Amino acid sequence: MTTWNLGPVDRIALGEGRAYRAGEHEVAVFRTRTGGLFATQARCPHKQGPLADGIVGAHQVICPLHAYTFDLHTGCPKNGTCEALRTYEVEVNSAGDVLLHL
Amino acid sequence: MKRKLVVIGNGMAGARLVEEILLRGGGERFEIVMFGDEPYGNYNRILLSNVLAGAHDPKDIFINPLRWYEDNHVKLHAGVRVASVDRAARLVHGDNGVVESYDDLVFAMGSSAFVPRMDGIEKNGVFVFRTLDDCDSIIKYTEGRKTAAVIGGGLLGLEAARGLMERGMKVHVVHLMNHLMEVQLDRMAGSILRSTLVRMGLQVHLEKATCEITGNGSVTGLRFKDGGTLDCDMVVISAGIRPNTQLAKEAGLTVARGIVVGDDLATPDDPNVFAIGECSEHDGKTYGLVAPLWDQARVLAERLSARRPQATYHGSKIATKLKVMGVDLAVMGDRESSGPDDEEVTYAEAKRGVYKKVIVRDGRIVGAILLGDPAAAPGLVQAFDRGVEVPDNRAELLFQLDAGAANTTRIEDLPDDTQICNCNGVSKGDILDAVKKGCRSLKVLCDTTRAGMGCGTCKKQVETLLEFGAGDSKVEDPSVHYYVPGVPLPKPDLVEEIRARGLKSVSAVFRELADGKEDPGSKPGLASLLKTLWGKDYVDERDARFINDRVHANIQRDATFSVIPRIYGGVTTADQLRAIADAADKYDAKMVKITGGQRIDLLGIKKEDLPNVWRDLGMPSGHAYSKAFRTCKTCVGSEFCRYGVGHSTELGIKIEERFQGIESPHKMKLATAGCPRNCSEATTKDIGAVAIEGGLWEIYVGGAAGSRVRKGDILCTVGSQEEVLLYTGRFMQYYRENGKYLERTYDFIERVGIDKVRAVVVDDAEGIAERLDAAMQASVDAYVDPWKETPHETQFSESLEPQGQLVQLRTARAVGER
Ligand SMILES: Cc1cc2nc3c(=O)[nH]c(=O)nc-3n(C[C@H](O)[C@H](O)[C@H](O)COP(=O)(O)OP(=O)(O)OC[C@H]3O[C@@H](n4cnc5c(N)ncnc54)[C@H](O)[C@@H]3O)c2cc1C
Ligand code: SF4
Ligand code: FES
Repeated sequence: MTTWNLGPVDRIALGEGRAYRAGEHEVAVFRTRTGGLFATQARCPHKQGPLADGIVGAHQVICPLHAYTFDLHTGCPKNGTCEALRTYEVEVNSAGDVLLHL
Repeated sequence: MKRKLVVIGNGMAGARLVEEILLRGGGERFEIVMFGDEPYGNYNRILLSNVLAGAHDPKDIFINPLRWYEDNHVKLHAGVRVASVDRAARLVHGDNGVVESYDDLVFAMGSSAFVPRMDGIEKNGVFVFRTLDDCDSIIKYTEGRKTAAVIGGGLLGLEAARGLMERGMKVHVVHLMNHLMEVQLDRMAGSILRSTLVRMGLQVHLEKATCEITGNGSVTGLRFKDGGTLDCDMVVISAGIRPNTQLAKEAGLTVARGIVVGDDLATPDDPNVFAIGECSEHDGKTYGLVAPLWDQARVLAERLSARRPQATYHGSKIATKLKVMGVDLAVMGDRESSGPDDEEVTYAEAKRGVYKKVIVRDGRIVGAILLGDPAAAPGLVQAFDRGVEVPDNRAELLFQLDAGAANTTRIEDLPDDTQICNCNGVSKGDILDAVKKGCRSLKVLCDTTRAGMGCGTCKKQVETLLEFGAGDSKVEDPSVHYYVPGVPLPKPDLVEEIRARGLKSVSAVFRELADGKEDPGSKPGLASLLKTLWGKDYVDERDARFINDRVHANIQRDATFSVIPRIYGGVTTADQLRAIADAADKYDAKMVKITGGQRIDLLGIKKEDLPNVWRDLGMPSGHAYSKAFRTCKTCVGSEFCRYGVGHSTELGIKIEERFQGIESPHKMKLATAGCPRNCSEATTKDIGAVAIEGGLWEIYVGGAAGSRVRKGDILCTVGSQEEVLLYTGRFMQYYRENGKYLERTYDFIERVGIDKVRAVVVDDAEGIAERLDAAMQASVDAYVDPWKETPHETQFSESLEPQGQLVQLRTARAVGER
């Protein structure tokens, strides 16, 4: 497993997502208002929409392009016609940095 | 401490009640326990006929599988029959020894098949048709058998007959009365239906009382009172239903035909004991169809969840659309006229199986039967439900007089691969499949299939398919009445709560009004509303905005953005054009396009370049990305045009300067035209002003030229540009306060009615004009150009690099060290 330090958590505005490039990987990290932190693949499986630009809430993200919706815990689509997202482990360390485990 | 709610019966009414309670946040208030003597979760009883016919798999008719109960913390005693209720001790005893106490108790036990007195009912091959298990046994017994008799020619009996016919049986229907379906149909309709069914191969025997089921151990035939006989291999008895009331009677509750309840759906004997569904009796009536019990479940859920503790039930107007063996039938209200003052309008065409009858009393429909003509049904049902005055030419009720309509193919008849949603490529088959798999409301169906989620024009067709596929098991998603789906309140109530509690941010609304659950799809709608309500006091939370409103640009399919600066009234200068051209070069715009709203669009701009593009342009945002006032298109008007009678560019510029950035439920596109030649297409805009001779302006509202085309309605005619600005602003504010989120002005106008809008906006019938004007002025004053604000530092980054020394740590231990 590779771990990346993505830097301070407040680079992600509260309730939003941001995309990161970690080597080969493009990852979207979401910071929910309820204190959750989630990481998924950065692009929507439907038509490559940038998920980090989506709207987040109740552990879901809505893709900005055509509003497909995914569960951030599992990556599963809420509307049944699309592949699931890959999800990754993330956490915040004591220094307030986001650690991503790939 | 939570109250404890016990529901006896896990059928259509019981399960629905619990769903409705949970929807209203009742899970917080109640610990919910259910008893159901069928050993399953909850299934759709209506679809049993389809299971019998082989059209549905039993697993497809489940509404809530057992897991649903677990997920929602509802304790279900499945397969447990309630043996007694001890009201003094407030205890419910299951037949397996389980005992549950209750604070509130609901009887929802449905009814049982009524079996008339006759000999031989204990024989093998005799069935009733009520439950999934009944259905299963019937199907098994048909194996290798040829002839079936159904006793009872009512709706259910005919449904059973259809199922058996589909299974290849020869089927006889034996009916006691002199015409079929006498509960719903008059004699004429019954006899036309009979001919249609006989043509389909059904054997119908009327006025036959069965006195014995014959056979030696297993059924071989029937014997009638008149001495006649009939050979058959099996019998399904479907001779009516009897409400299940025994348990209630034993518990000392008032029982007539059903368990008696008042408008509060509580028993007169105990305010904490309720009854709904087929086992209940309200105002002397019992019901045998699902529509009334949906109403009852909703009312009781409102009361119990304390959402509206005073909600009351006043009986149901029943209008049902049924399919009887594939024949379309709609019935509503009274079956026969009840006196000489009633007027009956009928039309019969026996050969085609068509019969229509409407009963009119005091100019309103009180009853109707519509056999074999589904096209006329929706209009009639609506007229009946709403109690609207019927047209003088009564024929308009019975026939779709619009000649074009007769030729259009019915969507039900199209092949399965027909594309219904042209935006998302969803076929009729996809939609029906989803209905089969349990999508019962339009909203769930659209969410699941994505049909109707593009431009939305196919929604009506999707709804038709839903009705076709689900029949009466269709449900109205309560959220259609809500402003946004995630906060269970209609707009006026929501506005009231927001004002009363002083909720100024989206997260505050979720916290106070939605049990803290942040439905992401509801965020932008709430943000828009709060901004409208609070103006500059609104507490902006950027995550509640759609990406376009976070970065003030329009996201494109490749995740780049388009930039459209404001060009007031479409009038620009050489300097502006130069600045735009320079920016296009410098930031490598992939396309430069003149938009339909007379502006210039730079497409293919990278997100991180956006702030620089704005700076270089030195022009304000054109708001081409948000649900807000967009542009005012103009024609050249009197300044140059030889026909012009009004200064349309000047007015257009004033309109844009005043209303730029004004948020609204949906976008607003305006136009001004210098004369009725209307070169700027002002009559098909959300608001349009057209100059006419005499220094006047006509103001049109609610026009459309997008996925729908609609000519706007004239709001008023005024004598000055200032008045155009006044009424435009007032109308906008009224729409902002009363439109549903994502409801365009043209839908709003149709919903509210132009007369009402005119009364409020022009004649000030509600005395709110001054307030509306002030609110609009406050919004105008609160406006700041979004291209000047400073957002979160990483808002415009396309993707961030990992920070610091990019540590690739190999072990979990190393992580902590950093
Ligand atoms: C084959 C068929 C087709 C139908 N088609 C239509 C149609 O097209 N349109 C329409 O509007 N209606 C139709 N109906 C009628 C509709 O299904 C009923 O109106 C509806 O199911 C009534 O709901 P309910 O909850 O009152 O009763 P039910 O759905 O019968 O539910 C009552 C439940 O309570 C359980 N129960 C009873 N006593 C006890 C006890 N002591 N302890 C524990 N559990 C108990 C029963 O087992 C049952 O599961 C049809 C009915 C059938 C059978
Ligand atoms: S609408 Fe009338 S005034 Fe405007 S450009 Fe056309 S003809 Fe001229
Ligand atoms: S690309 Fe995400 S929904 Fe279409």
